[in-house]
Amino acid sequence: MNIQILKLLAKDARMSTKELSICTGLTEDEVNAEIEEMTKEGLIRACKAVIDWEKLDDGYVSALVDLKVTPKPGYGFEDVAKKVARYKEVESVYLLSGVSDLCVMVKCRTFQEVSRFVSKELAVMESITSTKTQFVMRRYKELDVALDIESTDERGVVSSC
Amino acid sequence: MLNYESILNNKITEIQPSGIRKFFDIAATMDDVISLGVGEPDFETPWKIRNAAIVSLEGGKTSYTANRGLSALRAEIARYLSRKYSLSYNPDTEILVTVGGSEAIDAAVRSVVNDGDEVIIPQPSYVCYVPMVLMAGGIPVISESKAENGFKLTAAELKEKITPRTKAVVLPYPSNPTGAIMEKEDYLEIESLIKDTGIVLISDEIYSELTFNGKRHVSPASVGSLRERTIVINGFSKAFSMTGWRLGYVCAPEKINAQITKLHQYSIMCAPTTSQYAAITALRDCDTDVEAMIEEYDMRRKLMVYGFNEIGLECREPEGAFYVFPSIKSTGMTSGEFCEKLLAEKHVALVPGTAFGECGEGFVRASYCYSMDHIKTALERTGEFL
Repeated sequence: MNIQILKLLAKDARMSTKELSICTGLTEDEVNAEIEEMTKEGLIRACKAVIDWEKLDDGYVSALVDLKVTPKPGYGFEDVAKKVARYKEVESVYLLSGVSDLCVMVKCRTFQEVSRFVSKELAVMESITSTKTQFVMRRYKELDVALDIESTDERGVVSSC
Repeated sequence: MLNYESILNNKITEIQPSGIRKFFDIAATMDDVISLGVGEPDFETPWKIRNAAIVSLEGGKTSYTANRGLSALRAEIARYLSRKYSLSYNPDTEILVTVGGSEAIDAAVRSVVNDGDEVIIPQPSYVCYVPMVLMAGGIPVISESKAENGFKLTAAELKEKITPRTKAVVLPYPSNPTGAIMEKEDYLEIESLIKDTGIVLISDEIYSELTFNGKRHVSPASVGSLRERTIVINGFSKAFSMTGWRLGYVCAPEKINAQITKLHQYSIMCAPTTSQYAAITALRDCDTDVEAMIEEYDMRRKLMVYGFNEIGLECREPEGAFYVFPSIKSTGMTSGEFCEKLLAEKHVALVPGTAFGECGEGFVRASYCYSMDHIKTALERTGEFL
């Protein structure tokens, strides 16, 4: 396990083996071996781009669905959470403390698809006692990336300070 | 018509404008420049700090503060210096909040320099020390730092420059432009050299947060007996990405600090109130923000050092500040020629080493206060140029 590589990749997954090797002081072979190992161990799960889908006309509709769940004896919330996570419409699933038990991010092509998915798939699931669906209207920040701010460099070109 | 020559202060008119002004002016007019030329963080001030300023304004905190600065801020500075650099200063008598590190340097110099006093300034270094010493009536004595010593000020070099007229030594570490840092052993040697003299150390530690390779910043005031003769200057610009807030501070034994405070009181009154409130939050709540910035700088630093060496410009690994200082001697050009040609042909802006003193000849300064993509493009173009 190499925490330095993880931190660098978490910031920019496109960093090349060579760049990672310069930043960590490991050889390129060692970097590759570490990444392979950490991928095998399930530490590195995927490398994806952060996309501002709102810039497209035919983007996605997302909703945050809070679920109340009756825990199954012997399984707790685990069983339901895993079942919910299997749907391709589900982007993320979290176990919460507080009023709701599970929080589910659902992503579909249209508003209707989300409604259909929640009512036909989630709401009817045994042990889910209630759902609360909140549609995402606008995204401002995702995975550490601010989506609404275009930063401009106000600094001069050269200075001695 | 009024003869301006006859009415102006000679001390000021005799100060030469920077020799590379022309280069800076050309660079400033070009609009597609890929620059590695700016010595100021590319990060915005952390939001917590900005929000603290807004809250202070909403709360109507818009009057002058005490000359020395808000007592809450001075107390925070004392705590910060203690936990970070093992320094101990009394917030009521030994700490003064200033308008940036710049005011602190100027006031520190003026508080100790009498007409004709010599002040030793290691170069290459930031451009303000020489003019400030001249304006205070002092005589700047340049000590040339060498690449083979990692651009540190060695006790041997210092010894050569000390005369009976030596009043003070400027210690600009971590260094702009070389990235050099000084370690405890370096200061111990200087201590034994000057311990029986009245020489004052003016330590500009504005880059103190930015040290790498596991090295921690060492303030001379924390070494041996040097505290009694050291004026520590620091500020918020570089560490907390707060350049525009204009806030710094100076710490020194009470007898010196009282004089600096007099200068500040009559020329400045007090540092900007809004910035002072923001700075309390910076010192109290922003360790993780600073750590994140340092991690990012460290990555860029390593890639930039590698990049310059790869394209054939020898570049040692600096351990402080946010600059690298590669040698361009292999090109046969002067620093000025190199930077002018690189700008004209490839639209890449670096700063000639000579901007920081004549002994900066043969080197250029590149800042890594830029995104990785930006740095890569600049290095690629510089490689093509070579």
